[in-house]
Amino acid sequence: MATVSVSGTPAPTRRRSPLAKLLRLNLFGGALGWVWLFIVMIPIYWIVITSFKTQANYFITNTFAPPSDPTFANYKEVIDNEIVRYFLNSVIVTVGAIVPAVLISFMAAYAIIRGIGNRFLRLTNSMFLMGLAIPLQAVIIPVYLIIIRLKLYDTLLAIVLPSIAFAIPLSVLVLSNFIRDVPKELFESMRMDGATEWGTLWRLAFPLTRPALVTVTIYNALGIWNGFLLPLVLTQSPDQRTIPLALVNFQGQFGVNTPAIAASVTLTTIPIVLLYAIGRRQLLSGLTAGFGK
Amino acid sequence: MTTLAPPAVRVQEPTTAKGGRSGSVVWMAIPALLMFVAFGIIPLLGVIALSFTTWDGIGDIHPSGLDSWTAALKDPGLPHAIWVTFEIMFISWLVQTPISIMIGVFLAATKKYRGFLAVLYFIPLLLSSAAISITYKALLDPNFGLGAGFGVDWLKQDWLGDSKLAIGVLIFVVSWQYIPFHSLIYQGAVRQIPTSMYEASMIDGAGRVRQFFSITLPQIKYTIITSSTLMVVGSLTFFDLIYVLTGGGPGDSTRALALEMYQKGFMANLMGPASCIAVILVLSGVVLAQLLRRLGGRGDESMQEGV
Repeated sequence: MATVSVSGTPAPTRRRSPLAKLLRLNLFGGALGWVWLFIVMIPIYWIVITSFKTQANYFITNTFAPPSDPTFANYKEVIDNEIVRYFLNSVIVTVGAIVPAVLISFMAAYAIIRGIGNRFLRLTNSMFLMGLAIPLQAVIIPVYLIIIRLKLYDTLLAIVLPSIAFAIPLSVLVLSNFIRDVPKELFESMRMDGATEWGTLWRLAFPLTRPALVTVTIYNALGIWNGFLLPLVLTQSPDQRTIPLALVNFQGQFGVNTPAIAASVTLTTIPIVLLYAIGRRQLLSGLTAGFGK
Repeated sequence: MTTLAPPAVRVQEPTTAKGGRSGSVVWMAIPALLMFVAFGIIPLLGVIALSFTTWDGIGDIHPSGLDSWTAALKDPGLPHAIWVTFEIMFISWLVQTPISIMIGVFLAATKKYRGFLAVLYFIPLLLSSAAISITYKALLDPNFGLGAGFGVDWLKQDWLGDSKLAIGVLIFVVSWQYIPFHSLIYQGAVRQIPTSMYEASMIDGAGRVRQFFSITLPQIKYTIITSSTLMVVGSLTFFDLIYVLTGGGPGDSTRALALEMYQKGFMANLMGPASCIAVILVLSGVVLAQLLRRLGGRGDESMQEGV
C-alpha cells in the first residue's frame, strides 16, 4: 500500500475512524451542499414573499406561506418615501467612484508591469500591496478629519474620494496579474509600429484585460454600493443618504410594518441582482482564478 | 534562428526597463498613487498621530501624549471588546472552514449542478450587510418569524435579547453570508488538483476518505491559508452587521472592536481613545496575517492571493 507516495505527504498512515468510513464523503458533501442552498435561500424567499403581503395578512398567515392576496402597496409606500432619491445617490457615488478608480488602477497596473526594474514603480507597487491590509474601519477617524478639513462633510463627494482610494490596491493587484500574462512579443510589435505607451495601453492592454476589468469593476462596485460606514460617518442630512443607510432608516420608520421593510430590501436589491446577472460569468471565473491558487 | 532569438530579446529588455521608455510609463502610476496616499497612507499615519491627541471630533486637536492611550487601556470595555472580537473570529472560522471545504469538494466533483449552485450561492454576497441584518432581524422575531413559520418551538427564542444567543446569531449570519464565497474558492482549488493523483491512488486501492485526507487536503493547503486569512482578518472589521443587527447588545455582549471604536469616537466624541482602538485593530490584522502566512510556510505569495 504505497499509496500516499503519490500525494507527496510524508505520513503514510492516517487514523481512520469507522464513522468517517461510513460517511461516503462525496455523498456527505453533496447533502451539505444542498442543505446549505436551502439555508441560503430561506431568507431570500421569505423577504420576497413578505414584500407582497398586506400587513394584516402578514400577521395572520404562516410566515413562509405565499401571500394569499398579493399587493404592490408596500412597494408604493417605499417609492413614496424618496427611495428614488437615495437610489440616485447610490448610483452617483458608485459610478463616480468606480470609473476613476478602475481607470487609474489600470494605468498604474500597466505602468508597474511595463516599467519593471524602475525603483519608484516597485515602491509604489509594494505600497499598494501593503494597502491591501489596511481596513477602512481602522482609518475612518482620520478620513473623517480630512473630509471636514476639505469642507466636504455631508456631500456625496465625501463618500466618493475614500471609496476610490480603497478600491485601488486590489484592482491594481488583479489587473497587473492580467497584464503580466500579455505576451511580451505583442508589446514589442506595438513598439516597432511606433505606438506610444499611451497608445499601447488603450489599443493592446485594454482589450486584452477586459475580463479582469469587468471583474474588478463589479467587485468594487458591489462594495461601494453596499458601503455603510462611509455614508454613516461622512454624511448627515437625508438628502445625501445612500441605499444601505436609507434601509436602516426605513426600518426605524416603518416599525412593525415588516412587509414594507421587506419591500424596501427587495426593491433595492434588484439592481445588484441585474448587474450580477449581466457580469456573472466574468465575476465568478475572475474571482476563482484570482483566489484559488 | 533559435540561437539568434534569445540574445535579441535580451538586448532589448534592458532598454525598455532602464532607458527613456520606462520614464514614459511612470507618470501613469501617479494618479492612483496620489489618491491612495491621500486617503489611505496619510489616514494610516494620521490614526497613529491622533492616538496621541485629545479631540472631540469638532473643535481643535490637542496633543496630549499618552493620555488617550491610558484612557483607552484603562477602559474595561476594551478587553471585553477584544474578547468578543476574537470569540466571533474563532468560532466563525471554526464553523465556516470545514463546511466550506466540504461544499467546495462537492461542487468541484459535480459537473451537473455546479453552475446552478454557484449562481445561487453567490446571492448572499450581493446583498449589503445592512439589508441582511434587517432581514434577519425580522426573520428572528420570536412571534412572527422563523419559529412560527416552521412551527418549531426551539426556534421561537428571543434570539437577539440573550447575550449568548446574540453572539450565535452573529456567527450564523456571518456564515450565511460568507460560506458560499469560500466554498467557491475551495471549489476552484480542488479543480486544479491533477486527476492523475486520484487515479493513481485509486489503483493503489485508496478509498474516498483516504483520498480526501491524503490528496485533497494537502493539495489545497495554501487555499486553506488564503481563505482563513480572509475570514480572520475580515472578521476584525465586522461593523455594519453588528451595528444594524444587535447594535452591540444586548448590553455590550456583541460590542466588537470596530463598533467599540465607532461608539467611542463618533458617539462619545472621544476621538483620541477611539484612534487607539483603531491602531489596535490595524496591529491585530497585520499580526494575524503574518502568523497565518508563517503557518502556510510560503513567502509573500499566499499573502498576495490572500487579500
